[in-house]
Amino acid sequence: MEKFMIPAAEKILKGDKMLKSIDTDVFESLRTKNVDALIAAKNSGSRIIGMYCAYCPRELILAAGAIPIGLCGTVESAIPDAEKDLPRNLCPMVKSSYGLAVSDKCPYFALSDMVIGETTCDGKKKMFEIMESKNIKDVYVMHLPQMPDNNVSVDLWLSELRRLKDYLGKKFHVQITDAKLREAIHITNEEKRVLQKLLDLNQQQPVLISGMDMLKITYRIGFHPDRKEAIRLIEQVADGVNRAFPAGDLKTKRILLTGTPVGIGSEKVIKLVEESNALIVAQENCGGYKNVGLHIDENDPIDPLLLMARKYMKIPCSVMSPNNDRIDLIKKMIRDFHIDGVIDLTWQACHTYNLESYMVAKAVKDDMGLPFLHLETDYSQSDVETLRVRIEAFLEMIN
Amino acid sequence: MLTAGLDIGSRTIALVEWDGMHIVRKEVVFTGIDPLKKSQQLMAGKHYDASVATGYGRHLASVNTLANCVITEIKAYAVGAHQLFPDVRTILDIGGQDSKVIQVKPDGAVANFEMNDKCAAGTGRFLENMALALDLNIEQLGPHALEASGKGVVLSSMCTVFAESEVVSLIGRGEDSHSVALGIHQSIVNRVCAVVRRVGYHPRFVFAGGVALNPCMRQLIEHELKIPVSVPADPQIVGALGAAIQAANNLSGKKN
Repeated sequence: MEKFMIPAAEKILKGDKMLKSIDTDVFESLRTKNVDALIAAKNSGSRIIGMYCAYCPRELILAAGAIPIGLCGTVESAIPDAEKDLPRNLCPMVKSSYGLAVSDKCPYFALSDMVIGETTCDGKKKMFEIMESKNIKDVYVMHLPQMPDNNVSVDLWLSELRRLKDYLGKKFHVQITDAKLREAIHITNEEKRVLQKLLDLNQQQPVLISGMDMLKITYRIGFHPDRKEAIRLIEQVADGVNRAFPAGDLKTKRILLTGTPVGIGSEKVIKLVEESNALIVAQENCGGYKNVGLHIDENDPIDPLLLMARKYMKIPCSVMSPNNDRIDLIKKMIRDFHIDGVIDLTWQACHTYNLESYMVAKAVKDDMGLPFLHLETDYSQSDVETLRVRIEAFLEMIN
Repeated sequence: MLTAGLDIGSRTIALVEWDGMHIVRKEVVFTGIDPLKKSQQLMAGKHYDASVATGYGRHLASVNTLANCVITEIKAYAVGAHQLFPDVRTILDIGGQDSKVIQVKPDGAVANFEMNDKCAAGTGRFLENMALALDLNIEQLGPHALEASGKGVVLSSMCTVFAESEVVSLIGRGEDSHSVALGIHQSIVNRVCAVVRRVGYHPRFVFAGGVALNPCMRQLIEHELKIPVSVPADPQIVGALGAAIQAANNLSGKKN
């Protein structure tokens, strides 16, 4: 559209280095380092398993001695490759994930010995079928139950965890012992603990870390091949935060972003909010705060797979019905992070998040009395200016 | 005191000069391909104590120092409509390329709003294209539709491009052009009123923006929503008026 620059964007583009509370450079450099480290690990005989979703039981992968790695799905340029096989009117995340896989543009997918998917939403489960039919990768799909309050869901998920355990054991000729599982549970707990420690820094007033900087950290760290090193890096940045350089002042509007996942490449809403001089203080989504609070009691002596099954059934994803935990989490985050307004982001054609927005709007507007904005968009830049109007008008409502 | 409100929209640019009590000057020109130059010409030789820009070109005006502050069209329409009708509670604005419904609190602040999506269906642009297909000026389209003897022809396409070919084939089938024109209006009204119902509406209901100049649109909306619809004398300048008043409020430090 118009060739102009809004002042904040200009400042960033000129490369004026603002003094910040944290140094994100180390995470920026992970982009290339992560791939190099993964290639080195693969060459020395390590198994790599790609994951698409927070429901993927990473503890089982770790206990099998393999490297769990997040797969990409936030890149717009992969969508045309996907649209050769998939309908256009489909969630951009599903299309991007598929496009990156079949076009061999995602190094993490290419390096994976197998990928694990789940029957989360309709788009994903049917996409996995088509991906499997391409015979480019071992695609393993888990049957995710969707009524978390029903006891049979834990039973079904437990049997799915056992099926995966057997599969990994046979495929990689390893024995997944309870001791290994407990160690993997500990590592995963630790990762969630340090991540929450980092994200909780933004409960401070003024806000310490911008939404864009936080995204750089949480996104890049997801591709780190060494979970222990990832934990160390996150804790280091959290402990090293310099409170003298907050990302905003006491008047800066504090926005909670909820809804579909955001990554580097699909960050346009975060960018627009922060170009409009507000801050995304916290994100209730996968990759953000959605599951950092889910912790397994390491002293509980029962079957570790059962402990895991119970934990995964508590992830408040919109595919679950009912999904009351998400509403409770949003309300808690509004209080803990001193939120002034909530933006609910839905990727185009994501029915579950789109429908659930009705409940979120009610909770935010009626129960919490805060301004609420629902945005439905895709990865393209074509609607950036109309989104900007909506976001600015939403921020004008906060006084 | 003299303040300016500049509303750079997709089809027209409106300028309002405000002395704190009255509109002292108002202008509406076509946006064209150089909105900055058009705006500069409108404001040339004038000194304003403050100016506020709104509309799609608001940031363009702001970075080129035509305005010292920007507000969105949503807020501008709320402030402008509240000035003209202090009891306004719902605003429907249909402009050149977008439409919006704004719910206003009793004090004039925005309570809730909704805008059309990426597509220009249900906006002034749709009417312009349909007028062209019927060989009419945009000013003639509304009166032409009001002369229809019966009900309007049902138009099934919402997409501007598809609707245009549908109109052409309806005419080719021998349908009366008045009924086709009425059908065109009805299809926009159906779409817009669905958004109005979604946001919720209360009297007083103000209809503004360039499309409010069309008498058929107003009649159909009143009929569809069963509520009296107020159209400002000059519906195209409501956003610019809101911006000019906002500039005055900024000067006096009045809370928004």
